[in-house]
Amino acid sequence: MKIAVCVKQVPEGNKRLDPATKRLDRSGEGVLNPFDANAVEEALRVKERTGEGEVVVLTMGPPQAADALRKALAMGADRAVHVADERAAGSDLVATSRVLAAALAREEPELVLFGQQSADSDGAVLWAAVAERLERPVISQVAELTVERGRVRGKRQTEFGYDLIEAPLPAVIAVSDAVNEPRYPSLKGIMGAKKKPQEELSLADLGVEAESRTTVLELTEPPGRGEPARAETAEQIIAFLEQKRLL
Amino acid sequence: MKTIVFLEHHDSELQKGALGVLSKAASLGGDLTGVLVGAGVRELAAQAGKFGAGRVHVWDDPSVEAPLPQPRVDALATLVEEEGADTVLFAGSVLAADVAAGLAARLDAGLNWDLVDLEARGEELVGKRPALQDTVYVDVGWTSTPRLALFRSGAFDPSAGGGGEAEVREFSAELRDFSTVAAMVEQAHEESSGPALEEADVIVAGGRGLGEPEKFTLVEELAKAFGGAVGATRAVVDAGWYPYAHQIGQTGKTVSPKLYVAVGISGAIQHKVGMQSSSVIVSINKDANAPIFEYSDLAVVGDLHEIVPKLTELVRQKRGA
Repeated sequence: MKIAVCVKQVPEGNKRLDPATKRLDRSGEGVLNPFDANAVEEALRVKERTGEGEVVVLTMGPPQAADALRKALAMGADRAVHVADERAAGSDLVATSRVLAAALAREEPELVLFGQQSADSDGAVLWAAVAERLERPVISQVAELTVERGRVRGKRQTEFGYDLIEAPLPAVIAVSDAVNEPRYPSLKGIMGAKKKPQEELSLADLGVEAESRTTVLELTEPPGRGEPARAETAEQIIAFLEQKRLL
Repeated sequence: MKTIVFLEHHDSELQKGALGVLSKAASLGGDLTGVLVGAGVRELAAQAGKFGAGRVHVWDDPSVEAPLPQPRVDALATLVEEEGADTVLFAGSVLAADVAAGLAARLDAGLNWDLVDLEARGEELVGKRPALQDTVYVDVGWTSTPRLALFRSGAFDPSAGGGGEAEVREFSAELRDFSTVAAMVEQAHEESSGPALEEADVIVAGGRGLGEPEKFTLVEELAKAFGGAVGATRAVVDAGWYPYAHQIGQTGKTVSPKLYVAVGISGAIQHKVGMQSSSVIVSINKDANAPIFEYSDLAVVGDLHEIVPKLTELVRQKRGA
């Protein structure tokens, strides 16, 4: 079975927004988005359980996003596809989902996996947009996944408890970070990653444009809370809550 | 402005978050309607009138009973076209996020998410989105219509204005083939005595400072006294002290209740992201240098094992419970 995992490179350490472009400064060192490691791990497990298949990792991002792909290859993925195009920088959901869907359509995977969010922009919406463009069923927030006999079954965690949802392949699944504990790449894996096939694509190769429909207008300071009031006893807490009309 | 608000429902109730978004939309003016999709939901529709919806589009049918996103994308896409809506608003939830993103792709419409506010500047709408662990606020806009917005859970309180019952208008949509192939096999919803985390006005959350898992009863009792819900930090969930469903933070839930009481929580960034937009934060910790005090309204330095039981008792007396 062919499994594609969509991953993202996120900046390491302290993140900043570039005041000029109002975009995230991605110039520094990058790492594999930690939530995507769960998706890579799950893909590897599905492949290991079925005993055959291919795990392709796919990203859209600047040249240094190749580092994230290399980490996924070191974990055990077989091949990497990198959509690297200046014209895709700053893409919003509509644009990103269009590009990723085009890259995925070329691969025709039976299963597409996403992590539950990106650690930099806290985005947690991409998979449903990609599934829509691919016209495939989607299950998100999956804490347990089974793949057998051409069907996927996902245990989705919601605000109210768990839903068990089943869909035929091909399908798009977003796993939560409760789904597994990602493996660390072995030394052999790290050494071998460089030799694995890595393809680089432009928007022209995919025949799509990355046209965003949202815009960033301004960066502002978040409202501060100021110095907290102090208390030491339960009675003082009650007095505070009454003053705030919370009791 | 012609706005549609997605009205999520659960257990025969319209969700507070959705009613909050409806109230916010009402304050922005224009033609405002709600959309309600499910089975046996017709009776709920009229209530939306109190929160500002003049009309509610209802699709009440067993084929759309299960809370799955893709049939709802079909429903909304149809409505947006029929009604000529220029704005579609969603209160953040697992379901709503998938519906909003699917709709964005279907209509090639801009979606701004995790918003905590929305304002009208002339014809334009501007959303406010906290970014980078909420250390900066980003003003965001749309370059085309329809404009889609997904709000952080608890961003707005529902406010019942002067409106009466909403007019109910039935509709249906053609479901795409791929929208109907995912099927709900089973729903295992936790029996909880209190409100759901995202819906609670008061949340009492516990962290490592409790010392041992059994001490979570202190947190539960205080939450019960307030009529609130129980939250937990990632550290205690990872340690197996409390179920993941109660986890608040970057990898758990994002909440913004009226009152958040943090018990024995140091205040790691991972936790802060999930609760800092609460209206009032009270933190109880024995360490005067705990980072959580930096974003609290009331800093209580002391022994939680003495303070919390006493506080529970006093809250019970005050609330007459």
